[in-house]
Amino acid sequence: MLTTESLAKIDREVAKYPAAQKQSAVMGALRIAQQEKSWLSTDLIEFVANYLDIPPIAAYEVATFYNMYDLKPVGKFKITVCTNLPCALGGGVAAADYLKEKLNIGFGETTADGKFTLVEGECMGACGDAPVLLVNNHSMCSFMSKEAIDAKLAELDKLGN
Amino acid sequence: MAVFEKGVIFEGVDTADSSCWSLAAYQARGGYTALKKLIEAQTPQDEVIAEIKNSSLRGRGGAGFPTGLKWSFMPRSFPGDKYIVCNSDEGEPGTFKDRDIMWFNPHALIEGMIIAAYAMGVKRGYNYIHGEIFEVYERFETALDEARAAGLLGERILGSDFSFDLFAHHGYGAYICGEETALLESLEGKKGQPRFKPPFPASFGLYGKPTTINNTESFASVPFIIKDGASKFLEAGKPNNGGTKLFSISGHVNRPGNYEIPLGTPFATLLEMAGGMKDGKKLKAVIPGGSSAPILPGDVMMDLTMDYDAISKAGSMLGSGAVIVMNEDVCMVKALERLAYFYHEESCGQCTPCREGTGWLYRVIHRIENGLGRPDDLDLLTSVGNNMAGKTICALADAAVFPVRSFTKHFRSEFEYHIENKKCLVDHKWF
Ligand SMILES: Cc1cc2nc3c(=O)[nH]c(=O)nc-3n(C[C@H](O)[C@H](O)[C@H](O)COP(=O)(O)O)c2cc1C
Ligand code: FES
Repeated sequence: MLTTESLAKIDREVAKYPAAQKQSAVMGALRIAQQEKSWLSTDLIEFVANYLDIPPIAAYEVATFYNMYDLKPVGKFKITVCTNLPCALGGGVAAADYLKEKLNIGFGETTADGKFTLVEGECMGACGDAPVLLVNNHSMCSFMSKEAIDAKLAELDKLGN
Repeated sequence: MAVFEKGVIFEGVDTADSSCWSLAAYQARGGYTALKKLIEAQTPQDEVIAEIKNSSLRGRGGAGFPTGLKWSFMPRSFPGDKYIVCNSDEGEPGTFKDRDIMWFNPHALIEGMIIAAYAMGVKRGYNYIHGEIFEVYERFETALDEARAAGLLGERILGSDFSFDLFAHHGYGAYICGEETALLESLEGKKGQPRFKPPFPASFGLYGKPTTINNTESFASVPFIIKDGASKFLEAGKPNNGGTKLFSISGHVNRPGNYEIPLGTPFATLLEMAGGMKDGKKLKAVIPGGSSAPILPGDVMMDLTMDYDAISKAGSMLGSGAVIVMNEDVCMVKALERLAYFYHEESCGQCTPCREGTGWLYRVIHRIENGLGRPDDLDLLTSVGNNMAGKTICALADAAVFPVRSFTKHFRSEFEYHIENKKCLVDHKWF
């Protein structure tokens, strides 16, 4: 279900913990699975659980608890924008409004062409760089003025073709 | 990412140099000499812990608990596995210092953790890193590889009998995992739901074994204390508030960023360092220690010094050192509404007073903000808050209540105006 490359990455996670504590690797394993498949289907979660020899429900509990896991399909680029108070004071809400307007979608929605999903985020520990947004969970973009958002969306749009 | 003033952790770190984080750069500025000194002199563990106690280093994660004292709780003679865990799950709104430590100076944290392991007889440690900062996590892993290759981690460190290995664990989006026992659950691969205390982690921690948890900045301060001495660290701050401290300033200032300055520095000086108020606007309010700390009016802040004792005397907390600055254009009802939403979203759902109470707080503040407030809503907020604070397993409920109590205390007229007139007293602008 996953490439050998992803499985090798999961093995590296497993090796970080004591031999009897494979469950500790479930967060990393789910992240790696999601990076490959873009979202976590129930089958994928079950596959990860079996790979780690833990009950599927244990992996499912983790996948549903942490909010960076996607349990439904998302666009090619998931954009999470922080609107928490410190960011709001630095333009975070304005950046979110601009993204909604440009992409013509609201929070939790995906553009018709399947390219972009917009998500409202909580503090990313980057409040001094507001507005901040996160692309596909792993790439943080700082100081996202309107111009910077235009440039980022154009870049992603091209990548997505 | 920016560090504008440098103290004990960032001394000598040229953040403009893209390789300042590497092992070579760290060693060139005296890195790992503290560890070498301990190992060569075979310094007794008690002496290391005494030095940390003498430094007056207080935990930088929020509670300000004395670090040396915490280390002394570890049952060092316990024969089985023991762990140290670093809390880099920085998610308290306003806080962004641990990220910069790991990005620009990861080896200071690694060395601090190795010294801690030496002092407490620990062989394995983990650094739990906040989910949203994947690039920082990757860099930290690279720094660990460097340390391992140089014989600073792993079996028989620097040829001694002391062995210790350290690994990074990446979170995936849950504020509650900053709470230390939720963090341990998460490290075990479970939902991050806090545990009852006692037993405390020092006796029942990771995998049920004795564990010591400290914040990133606490561990990263350790090499300086061992290298330059407890008294030098203490002198860098003020009595009972040793050292410099990182303050993350966000909001309406000209130069948001991190400032590592002596504890006891006047807030007015810090504000000036941060370039003063943006657009020459008037200072209205400050949250001095992360979103969970009670808010204080601007004029009160202008008379305070930035240290644990002074801020707590004024009725707030230094917390994580996240200073959120607001100008006269901010509607306090709207600001509180956003924080209340956050705590409601992030409650882990385990304790009823918190799960239900955070929802109540949010909904009531939301209706006040939206012109649907009722005359007795402020009393209702007080009563909901009283039924939450101190009545749950962890302090998230208290963290949700503190802002509500302090906003409605210091800015009561704005809330009353909102309820009566169905609109803001100020012409609200976020920025
Ligand atoms: C809801 C909640 C969130 C917390 N978040 C953090 C955090 O992000 N980082 C942190 O170091 N401590 C956080 N803490 C405090 C930790 O539980 C713990 O006290 C701290 O990591 C201990 O380290 P220190 O003694 O070095 O400060 C949080 C506590 C609570 C109740
Ligand atoms: S509030 Fe947005 S990153 Fe902290």
